[in-house]
Amino acid sequence: MSHPRAVFRTEGITKVYDTGAVQVHALRGVDLALNEGELVVLLGASGSGKSTLLNILGGLDRPTAGRVFFRERELTRASEAELTRFRRDHVGFVFQFYNLVPSLTARENVALVTEIARAPLRPEEALARVGLAHRLDHFPAELSGGEQQRVAIARAIAKRPEVLLCDEPTGALDSAAGVQVLEALVAVNEEMGAATAIITHNQATRRIAHRVLVLADGRLVREEVNDTRLAPAEVHW
Amino acid sequence: MAPLDRKLWRDLRRLWAQVLAIAVVLACGVMVLVLAQGAHRSLLETREAYYERNRFADLFAQATRAPRALLPEIAALPGVAQVEARIAATVLLDMPDMVEPAMARVLSLPPGGAVLNLPVLRQGRLPDPDRPEEVAVSENFAAAHGLVPGDGFRALLDGQIRTLRVTGLLLSPEFIYAFGPDTMMPDDRRFGIVWMGEAAAASAFDLQGAFNDLTLRLAAGADAAPVLAALDRLLEPYGGTGAHGRDRQISHVFLESELSQLEAMAVILPPVFFVISAFLVNMVLGRMIALERPVIGLLKAVGYPTRAIALHYLKLAALVGVAGVALGWAAGILLGQGLTALYAGFFRFPWLIYAPGAAAFAVSGMIGLATTVAGALRGVFAAVRLPPAVAMAPPAPPRFSRGLVDVLGRALALRQTTMMILRSITRWPGRAAVTLFGVVAAVAMLVSTLFTFDAMQAMIDEVFSLGNRQQVTLALARPGGLGAVEEALALPGVLAAEGAFGVPVRISHGSHGRLIALEARPEASALVRVIDAGGRPASLPPDGVVLSEGIARDLGVRPGDRLTVELLAPPREVHDLPVTAVIRQSLGQQIYMAEQALFALMRRPPQVNRLNLLVDPLELPALHAQVKATPGLAGITVWSDVRAKFDATLEQNLSMMTVIYAALGILMTAGVVYNAARIQLAERAHELASLRVLGFSRGEVAYVLVGEIMLLAVAAIPLGWLLGRAVAGVVARGFSTEMVTIPLVILPPTYATAGLIALGAALGAALAVRRRLDAIDIVSALKARE
Ligand SMILES: Nc1ncnc2c1ncn2[C@@H]1O[C@H](COP(=O)(O)OP(=O)(O)OP(=O)(O)O)[C@@H](O)[C@H]1O
Ligand SMILES: [Mg+2]
Repeated sequence: MSHPRAVFRTEGITKVYDTGAVQVHALRGVDLALNEGELVVLLGASGSGKSTLLNILGGLDRPTAGRVFFRERELTRASEAELTRFRRDHVGFVFQFYNLVPSLTARENVALVTEIARAPLRPEEALARVGLAHRLDHFPAELSGGEQQRVAIARAIAKRPEVLLCDEPTGALDSAAGVQVLEALVAVNEEMGAATAIITHNQATRRIAHRVLVLADGRLVREEVNDTRLAPAEVHW
Repeated sequence: MAPLDRKLWRDLRRLWAQVLAIAVVLACGVMVLVLAQGAHRSLLETREAYYERNRFADLFAQATRAPRALLPEIAALPGVAQVEARIAATVLLDMPDMVEPAMARVLSLPPGGAVLNLPVLRQGRLPDPDRPEEVAVSENFAAAHGLVPGDGFRALLDGQIRTLRVTGLLLSPEFIYAFGPDTMMPDDRRFGIVWMGEAAAASAFDLQGAFNDLTLRLAAGADAAPVLAALDRLLEPYGGTGAHGRDRQISHVFLESELSQLEAMAVILPPVFFVISAFLVNMVLGRMIALERPVIGLLKAVGYPTRAIALHYLKLAALVGVAGVALGWAAGILLGQGLTALYAGFFRFPWLIYAPGAAAFAVSGMIGLATTVAGALRGVFAAVRLPPAVAMAPPAPPRFSRGLVDVLGRALALRQTTMMILRSITRWPGRAAVTLFGVVAAVAMLVSTLFTFDAMQAMIDEVFSLGNRQQVTLALARPGGLGAVEEALALPGVLAAEGAFGVPVRISHGSHGRLIALEARPEASALVRVIDAGGRPASLPPDGVVLSEGIARDLGVRPGDRLTVELLAPPREVHDLPVTAVIRQSLGQQIYMAEQALFALMRRPPQVNRLNLLVDPLELPALHAQVKATPGLAGITVWSDVRAKFDATLEQNLSMMTVIYAALGILMTAGVVYNAARIQLAERAHELASLRVLGFSRGEVAYVLVGEIMLLAVAAIPLGWLLGRAVAGVVARGFSTEMVTIPLVILPPTYATAGLIALGAALGAALAVRRRLDAIDIVSALKARE
């Protein structure tokens, strides 16, 4: 990474939830950059604002103040339709609870995205990349949690996204399945070069990242750069 | 407030639109029941009360000229309570405000006042028996001409033009439904009733000391048959044309026919419709409560007894039920009064009794509540039966299976969003079936009501275009020879003329018999034709009698059978004649014979008492003027006028009914679809939000929801057509009466209209739900799962 170019850049974003009686400050001025090809792990206590940050980056939510740039485009000025377009063309999401469409098979869940993407992988290829070439025609209810999450990853990468945003992708899985999921994410990051952000509660996972960002109470409090990274299988849970 | 009741309020606030939609579907069913029954019972009660108070006669007889001396003997017949002898005639009037002649039925008023068929004086006074020029006229006729007491008009009385003066306006139980010969439809401008003093009538029609019209009232419980037989025997020497009961009294028969149609409307459609709406309400409510499964599990887990939980949801259901029933009752009463008034305006009642049967209210209320409560209980108990832990957990992911949809999807390269729609339908066929059925029912209901327009149009076409091609029919005061046809040709503008001869007959086959008019026409009549069973104009067979399908069915005869025909005109013989053809006749009742055959039987030269004319339209005014001054003419029918009146009346009567049913179809479709979509949205918010995360636009996400609903709606339409056609068949049979046969004719535009109305309503409802879908916040929808 001799010439890091930022895919995302934020300038002092804050997020305030107004719940009538109390105002919750979920983010209190976050400045960060996410670079091309980089794998970042986001850590922080529950309620520290990780999901809020990720949702804002992915165009699912808007900050109360501050600016978000995706390359040269200012997302904070984008219309609803432009944000939809942005998600469709550039972002892959992976959530803790896979969010697969139960009525579609693994292949079809991926095809759901490839049908509307600009230069997608074939669904079979995307599934092969996450090690699911043999589960193409299974419905979500017929797959294990780890397999479902890998379908979700295949669906996220099938559009060849520039960024992959993962909110606790291993949160609902045991360690073996979690390792498989992380391996899939790392492989995709390396082979396809998508900038990847992974939220996790697992401190050990930090070792797989290029960079670790730690949030506390809505602020970025620490940044670590890993000189040597571990493969997911080497991480102890 | 107890926490559960607070929950109830919050639920109601959240679900008000769904609650209202269910209530409206229920209200539709309740309303139809109350409406139709209400109108039918009201008119029935009104008629009965009117008949009773104004002593409407039980028996009627006409003769040419019977001496008054006969009356004591008639009054003394066993079973006869009251007798009234009158002079009656149909005459032409020359109204100052009309180019064409009008027609009137003239009736004499006994000097001591009427004892039967008491007219109701609406304005002015009765004519003075000593002033021959004074008359009372029927109120509607007066209204149509702006006549008030003191006004005058001219009448052609037995060949003499006389000026008559109006003293009062009347209504009569004999003319609740009043129309002139041929017209079948009340036309207040062209036909009226004129009452004049007995002495004046006697001198005008040369019937001093005699009568030609007799009405009787029977003693309570008396049998009519022996009296009728005695009357026929007594009147025969004086040209009696057959005594009959109310079943041949024209106003009564038509009223009866309308009432039986109303009854059919109350008996056939509403219960079907009510059952459908009850079913839908039951299903939809059950599903709504099924969504509450986790809440029910939680309530059980924290220790609420099943009874308390059930009660909580029953309150919700009861609220829906009460709202639906109340709405239905209110709308039913309101529209019922409107419908009753509409009919009442068509009939001539002096007053109205609005008597919506309590039964309709009780039944609709009870079943309405029961359905909602049963629907709720079904949902509640399904949830209560589960162990709380299971109920609270999010439902297990639905298992989908591979099948036809996959083959279809692959073959047609369907988009995944389309696959989602198809899989959703095949995974929950019951759920889809309710939506489907809701739309099917609505379309069927629309088809089976809208088709009446087509049927009426077909009937009108048959009567006015195929059957009656003459423009004018003249009625002669007395039968004449064939010379009358020649004379008619000399009238202004007449291009062609044909004679016809009507004579009353009594026909019987086995134990079935009836009094009816027989019309003799030239065999190959070009102007007035009968329509064969295939709907084509046909000529009369040279011998034998021709019957309509309705009469043939009533009597149980077919072509080739023999019919006993008693001619009620000299030489008054009984003949045994073959039935040579059965024809289609939607409107009116008479039987036909070829002219030559009839006069051969009567052993006399051919006669005519009606003249059918083809007229140069430009010469019509001249013809009218001539007719007004021609002695010997008793009536004129201008067929284009009859048709116009027919169209207008049908339009008016059908349009209200159609508007009501179209509104019901819309409400029902919208109610069912709205609820189906809302429930889907609640169940699938998470799934749909995750599509938005993937970058699907609002429209594309809405497609999954709206697309499924519309696919079902589209699929429902042909089924609705089929069901509608079947129901229309039942309606046509139910609405057909002795006087009117409703043909089962459904034209493509009717199907199209029904389909489009249902589609539009479904789309509207689905789009209303789409607005909610659009408003969903992606982040919180995703969170909701966790
Ligand atoms: N819709 C909302 N309304 C009000 N407050 C909210 C809303 N969403 C999040 N918050 C608050 O914002 C803060 C940050 O929430 P966020 O979900 O980003 O935390 P997190 O770091 O992802 O926590 P966790 O690790 O538990 O997922 C929390 O205090 C949360 O209560
Ligand atoms: Mg979070």
